[in-house]
Amino acid sequence: MATVAQPATLGRRLRRWEGLPYALILPTVAYLGLFFAWPMVQAFELAFRIDGKWTVAPFRTMANDVNFDHALRFTLLLVVVIVPIQFVLALVMALIANAKVRGRGLFLAIFILPLAISDLAAGLVWQAILTERGYLNTVLEKVGLIDQEYIWLDPTKSNHLLIAVVVAELWRSTAFVMVIFLAGLQGIPHEYTEAAEVFGAGLFQRVRQVILPMLKPSIQVALLFRIIFAFEAFAVVLAITGRAKTTLATEAWRWQAEYFDSHVAAAYSALILILSLVSAGLVVWLLRTPREQMLR
Amino acid sequence: MRRGAHHLLRGLAARLPKALVYVVGIVLSLWVLAPLYVITLAAFSSEEDVYDYPKRLLPQDLSTETMRFFLDFPGMTDALWRSVIVAVVTLAISLAVGTPAGYALARFTFRGADTVRLSVVATRAFPIVILSIPLAVIFIRWGIDDSIQGVSIAHTALALPFVVLTTASVFASVPAELEEAAMTLGCSRATAFIRVALPLALPGLAASAIFVFIISWNEVFAASLLTLQNRTLPAEVLALLEGAPLNFRFAGGFFLLAPSVIVILVIRRYLFTMWGRVVR
Amino acid sequence: MRRIALVVAAAACLAAAFAFANTVGGTAGATPAATPQSMGSAGNVVFFSNQLATVNETSQVRSTLLKGFDGNVDFITPPVGQPQVFFNRVQAEAQAGRGTISLLGALHGDYLVIQQYLRDLSPVAKQLSKAGIPKDLMALGKLGTKKQLYIPWIQATYIMVANRRALQYLPKGANVNALTYGQFHQWAKNIATKTGQKRVAFPAGTNGLIPRFFQGYLLPSFSGGVVTTFKSKGALAGWLYMKSLWRYMHPQSLSYNFMQDPLLSGEVWVAWDHVARLVNALRTRPDEFVAFPAPRGPKGRGYMPVLAGLAVPKTAPNAAGANQLIRWMLGVGTQAKTLGSVGFFPVVGSRLSKQLGAGLLKMNAAVGKAQRANDALKSLLPVGLGTEGGNFSKIYTDTFVRIVVRGEDPQRVMNEQGALLQAIMDKTAAPCWAPDPPSRGPCKVK
Repeated sequence: MATVAQPATLGRRLRRWEGLPYALILPTVAYLGLFFAWPMVQAFELAFRIDGKWTVAPFRTMANDVNFDHALRFTLLLVVVIVPIQFVLALVMALIANAKVRGRGLFLAIFILPLAISDLAAGLVWQAILTERGYLNTVLEKVGLIDQEYIWLDPTKSNHLLIAVVVAELWRSTAFVMVIFLAGLQGIPHEYTEAAEVFGAGLFQRVRQVILPMLKPSIQVALLFRIIFAFEAFAVVLAITGRAKTTLATEAWRWQAEYFDSHVAAAYSALILILSLVSAGLVVWLLRTPREQMLR
Repeated sequence: MRRGAHHLLRGLAARLPKALVYVVGIVLSLWVLAPLYVITLAAFSSEEDVYDYPKRLLPQDLSTETMRFFLDFPGMTDALWRSVIVAVVTLAISLAVGTPAGYALARFTFRGADTVRLSVVATRAFPIVILSIPLAVIFIRWGIDDSIQGVSIAHTALALPFVVLTTASVFASVPAELEEAAMTLGCSRATAFIRVALPLALPGLAASAIFVFIISWNEVFAASLLTLQNRTLPAEVLALLEGAPLNFRFAGGFFLLAPSVIVILVIRRYLFTMWGRVVR
Repeated sequence: MRRIALVVAAAACLAAAFAFANTVGGTAGATPAATPQSMGSAGNVVFFSNQLATVNETSQVRSTLLKGFDGNVDFITPPVGQPQVFFNRVQAEAQAGRGTISLLGALHGDYLVIQQYLRDLSPVAKQLSKAGIPKDLMALGKLGTKKQLYIPWIQATYIMVANRRALQYLPKGANVNALTYGQFHQWAKNIATKTGQKRVAFPAGTNGLIPRFFQGYLLPSFSGGVVTTFKSKGALAGWLYMKSLWRYMHPQSLSYNFMQDPLLSGEVWVAWDHVARLVNALRTRPDEFVAFPAPRGPKGRGYMPVLAGLAVPKTAPNAAGANQLIRWMLGVGTQAKTLGSVGFFPVVGSRLSKQLGAGLLKMNAAVGKAQRANDALKSLLPVGLGTEGGNFSKIYTDTFVRIVVRGEDPQRVMNEQGALLQAIMDKTAAPCWAPDPPSRGPCKVK
């Protein structure tokens, strides 16, 4: 074949080098370590140390706070409600964008647009839509479905605010999950799904037994990030509910920005981090690919 | 008779998926487009009209006063240019640093792979609002404070986890056998990577590129904290919106999202790469 | 091979662009009128302010207030929705030991939190002794210490605004300029029952200023005090009043931050808020709204002034220029122009410009009425609370949420919150302030 010149030898040595994966991830780890490690260590210290003394006072203050239970409960509720619905929605959207229909390019263009919207703008527009004298009521009144403006964002009526936040969050962030799914779908060869179709598998069967398993890596990644973001849910909740509902991230922000107590803010952040990591660990464990299973 | 009906049903069932795709697709499209329409409409309304009720649903008496305000505001074009540079630099660095790491996570099973995966994700699990002061102190001490370099470095740190994990998930679905085949034919690992794996993983890179651009373009907290006189576009625009009338706030949102939309629409075709062919 | 070379070349170009990136753009927010090269005797001053931060106000500052100043000023404001950027930036520069900011503009309450990072401005205060700044305001600028930590700059207060359509629902015999809380409650009830919609609201959102309503208006009017009377019968009456009023308040109050928006959209007909957060409504539709002072309770008509000041951080690179700018901002001419289209009043007594416009003149009139009324009960700003200022307001907001929104037992909530309040007083050793009678030692909740 090719002459055995210097580069080929180097290439062969590189191929067999045990340390290659570590070398490839080193720049990333070093970069993140440099910029996040030190601030995170300091932020963690704030949660456990006041004026040099080790203490759990920040955590105690956090747990005893008037709003803690509400924040924890609402955050968990949001995670549990939004993530599953969003995954189904994102999968449907990705399948549509991937389907062999004319106009799928247009569908993709439309579905992907919310990615460009910042949290702030998303909160602003949904508040404007759902507020009493807003766009939704305008449309409903014009169509004749209601006579008088309905207060969708009523904190005194149960679940109104939850549904409003869920709808807004689904609108804003499903595109992110969809893009990951779509990129993953591209890796599934036609032949597999076509073969399944030939053997008489219906749409749902094809999805369940061919597409989903091959999409596992993408599902894992999307789930990881989506859960992390759900625990940090903040701007949209704030814009739509104001003080009526609070999340862990909102409380962390409030203790920092309004009460100037970095210690309790760090305690909330530590809690968010722990909950995120536990969930993330669960996801990684439950969705590990067979290759990784072997290593275990 | 029964066989005829059976044929009809099977024909329908064959076509049903396609019809279903269209119906569901259109419904979802309308749901996605409606709020975007509201943003655009409100951004181009005058201060009097935007507070009207019933809300105006059709464009009438549109006014460009808000857009002109943003475009004419001193320092806005500088801020725009700065944001573009920051986004491009962030894109370049994070893809260059993160893609090899994604490849490593997908191709190699090594001790600590899961730890790396979790640690990388963990950097995004800590609310950046809390990391702000220590981070800013570092930047001021190192002299990269209030500079485009500083913001790019911060944005890269924020975007890296996305690049690493997204590319990892896509490389994972590209069969390793193809690269092995290329290597047995004499390619070095690097060449096999560049000529075989990378093109097939282009959708993953495209997805990562979109995420990185969006993250950098929209990021306002770190950008505001780390810059005073050399602000990026979101920091500059949002500094103007305190207590502003509703049409200005929508205009700010519109002004910020328009460039992102353009970039996304350009990159999206690469999400469709299938086995080497770019399908439109 | 060629591909690799191309990639390397592209990377090199990017690196070069990166390295030269800072030569692009220059400084943001340069004044349109000033030439960037002119340094003037004061040099370059970076003025970081979280006041006068709205679109109209910042352009007023740059084009009117700073015009004529012998120096180059960069007036920079934090982004909307990120109030902590202001504090984080000041703290970060202090901890790093060097900074870019030379002059700060913020509220009295904000300075409480960052007072350890501020320079002593006593020399500047001495130079301004003939400027006409009232002595009690200057004293507030010491934040309870012997050093002059900020120079009073502009002031404001809180008022109420009503849509004219609401006036017909006032109870018989009520004068909107001299309401009692009882009449106010009846008014809210009338609107709700006769129109079917609750049109009275307060800014109880995340960034809403409702804690100041409790501290400066409701509780002093009902109980005569702020801290000492926290657990008193008068305070209980005040909270029960709010609980009853909540039935006729717009439910979205919990998300309102700036009352001018729901007033303009018609969602709200009667609101209380900081003047700067009502000015858009008064300015754009002066004929649709009326401004009036807050109601009177059994113990008087409580009100609270808001004071903003100018300070110089210890890490200021150009303290001399900052001092010069302070003297400029406190000049009679600049102060007179300050009212302009902003919702703030000068600290220096001066003739107000006639170009104010109908809405602002009304606002000014309402404020004047409130402060000159013979039942006026002034609530001062706390001086000794330091970083606990935020926690102090949290006590009142939490009490509101627990009693009014969540419906918990009022007496129990007041006892629990009162204990937390006492803990703050003990921790900061802050003495009582008006309207509470002065105390020796930390203020005590009776």
